[in-house]
Amino acid sequence: MDMPTTTKKKLGIKEKYALMTRGLDWETTYQPMDKVFPYAKFEGIKIHDWDKWEDPFRLTMDAYWKYQAEKERKLYAILDAFNQNNGHLGITDARYVNTLKLFLNGISPLEYMAHRGFAHVGRQFPGVGPRVACQMQSLDEMRHAQTQIHSMSNYNRYYNGFHSFPEMLQKVWYMSVPRSFFDDAYTSGPFEFMVAIGFSFEYVLTNLLFVPFVSGAAYNGDMGAMTFGFSAQSDEARHMTLGLECIRFMLEQDPDNIPIVQKWIDKWTWRGIRVLTLVAMMMDYMLPKKVMSWKEAWEIYFEENATALFNDLARYGIKMPDCAKQALIDKEHISHQAWATFYQYSAVSNFHGWLPSSEEMDWLSAKYPDTFDQYYRPRFEHWAKEAAEGRRFYNTTLPQLCQVCQIPMIFTEPTDPTQICYRESEFEGDKYHFCSDHCKHIFDDEPEKYVQAWLPVQQIYQGNCFMPDADPTKPDFNPIEEVLRYYNLQNGRDNMDYVGSEDEANFRAWRQTSTQN
Amino acid sequence: MPVKAIKDYPLRVADSVDKFHGNIMLFVGWDQHLMFCAPFAWALPPAMRFGDLIEGIFPASFGAHPDFALIDWSKVEWLKSGKPWAPDVNKSLAENGLGHKDCLRFRTPGLCGIKGSGS
Amino acid sequence: MADNVFIAFQTSDESRAIVEAILADNPGTTVDEQPAMVRVIRPGSLTIRRETVEEHMGRDFDLQELQLYLITLTGNIDETDDAFTLAWHN
Repeated sequence: MDMPTTTKKKLGIKEKYALMTRGLDWETTYQPMDKVFPYAKFEGIKIHDWDKWEDPFRLTMDAYWKYQAEKERKLYAILDAFNQNNGHLGITDARYVNTLKLFLNGISPLEYMAHRGFAHVGRQFPGVGPRVACQMQSLDEMRHAQTQIHSMSNYNRYYNGFHSFPEMLQKVWYMSVPRSFFDDAYTSGPFEFMVAIGFSFEYVLTNLLFVPFVSGAAYNGDMGAMTFGFSAQSDEARHMTLGLECIRFMLEQDPDNIPIVQKWIDKWTWRGIRVLTLVAMMMDYMLPKKVMSWKEAWEIYFEENATALFNDLARYGIKMPDCAKQALIDKEHISHQAWATFYQYSAVSNFHGWLPSSEEMDWLSAKYPDTFDQYYRPRFEHWAKEAAEGRRFYNTTLPQLCQVCQIPMIFTEPTDPTQICYRESEFEGDKYHFCSDHCKHIFDDEPEKYVQAWLPVQQIYQGNCFMPDADPTKPDFNPIEEVLRYYNLQNGRDNMDYVGSEDEANFRAWRQTSTQN
Repeated sequence: MPVKAIKDYPLRVADSVDKFHGNIMLFVGWDQHLMFCAPFAWALPPAMRFGDLIEGIFPASFGAHPDFALIDWSKVEWLKSGKPWAPDVNKSLAENGLGHKDCLRFRTPGLCGIKGSGS
Repeated sequence: MADNVFIAFQTSDESRAIVEAILADNPGTTVDEQPAMVRVIRPGSLTIRRETVEEHMGRDFDLQELQLYLITLTGNIDETDDAFTLAWHN
């Protein structure tokens, strides 16, 4: 006699996830819900039904740990092999290592802040769907910080400028650019944080950070950085979709949310674009083997991609941020303006500067036919001539900074690339200066926030960037040397031109040793 | 528009003039000379003679540019907050009406940077 | 003409099978190969079907395993046990 068999119906991914993650909490009675979630309403965002949240990736904890553990195993196997094999000697040229100095000092600490930011919002959202997704993202970002530190610690053994990244981030002048970007996001409310980081940074702009750095690593023989880059990016798909879902959810919950969300998208797209100036210069000037120009990357990953995205969001009444028009013009200019800045301020930076070779300038001419030869080649050629005659140009006077993006005022009028863009506001009797209409607008909207900015130039002039034992009354007091000492920057090793540096000499010697007896 | 917050948001001005030990911040940019990537910033005594800025400080900051030695200071055009302005070189910064974080630009007609590129 | 969606993978044996499956199920797909990365682009939408991936890979495949190879993507996601779809809704 046949035993009756019952085939158990297997739960689909959506049903399984709903059972594992929904309906497990309750409305509190000992304290009102508004006290349990004190940040949920103050931004003015109205949420009527948290159950309408749709999880884009339905990862239960066991799936999360399984896949993340697999990524970690692969990553550390590659890093071990890379280190064992002196993989760093396989890079094109040690100029490339300066892109890693920029990354480890300026970007990796932001991963750590993202971890903290998502841990915070992961506690503060009343809805369980975003709480779970944010908590997973918080773990992802901690993993990114750790894997990046591990990947780059190998370079610290051989090259200068890596020795104290938390200190560099706190103190070195240009580091206030990425640092203040995250401070601004981290000190906003949870909904703004999601729009700033989850959406504007991780959806709209992420490809413009990671694809250049990781492709740059791949093109220049750096398996270590490529590995952490790909490993981090594999988490990014979840992050991107979380950001997009958060936007969609807010816009569908109440039409009153639309102008608030639009304002945040406008602000954070612009703030992200300004931070990406560092990536633009990296792509065009710091990679010995170039991937593509910044202009090309902007066209693919913003102009084409963001257009598609905002066409999709148009059904909610959201439009492309106004600043996109300026970015379209700026893509021809910002990399050159930024590299010229770091070239002349090499003496106070924790990575080297150098001039593009004539072949590299020809590449730049070809990639930027409307701007490079007319506006930028003349200054690079002039500096090459000066350097050849023993007068390598070092700018020793501090620059004016934009109050909001904190970048030196290097950007030009959209209608005139020979004219610095000056914008100004007055607040409570004090003047404030900006690089653009967009930074000025951000200030004017929340001046109390931005008057607190820790601007490196102002701080140096206030005397806050010296070691406690520095004595300005001494006759041999050298303020620049004292600032470098405060930065914990090794003067003569971490800074100045790549040509003549310890990195250059070491790399040449080691490569020779690795190929000859 | 005030910052939205869960409690009162204090006004904390990081760069108020009282923090500069008696000095004021002054910003000066040389139009069409973008070899200097940005306008310069200094902390200066308000009692300083304006001419001392040009004669004593500008050469160290702007002197590396080949156009600098060619400047005829009597023909230089000045802007303060983007509006035409004329300094009295023998009066102090304060007497010239310059206050904390004022921003000046100067233009040298006929001198347009490296190979006339604005650099 | 619809806006493009795309998905990019690290170059590997597994992702090669996934890309082959995408090409088999989605006419009008373009493949853009870069060092260490492959980007798959299509106007409007793109669907990765588990069964097709299994045929090309020669083993069982859980669509969540895409997480291991994925670099980046664009478009709205819909995820079921059998299909992973990217699409614009305009």
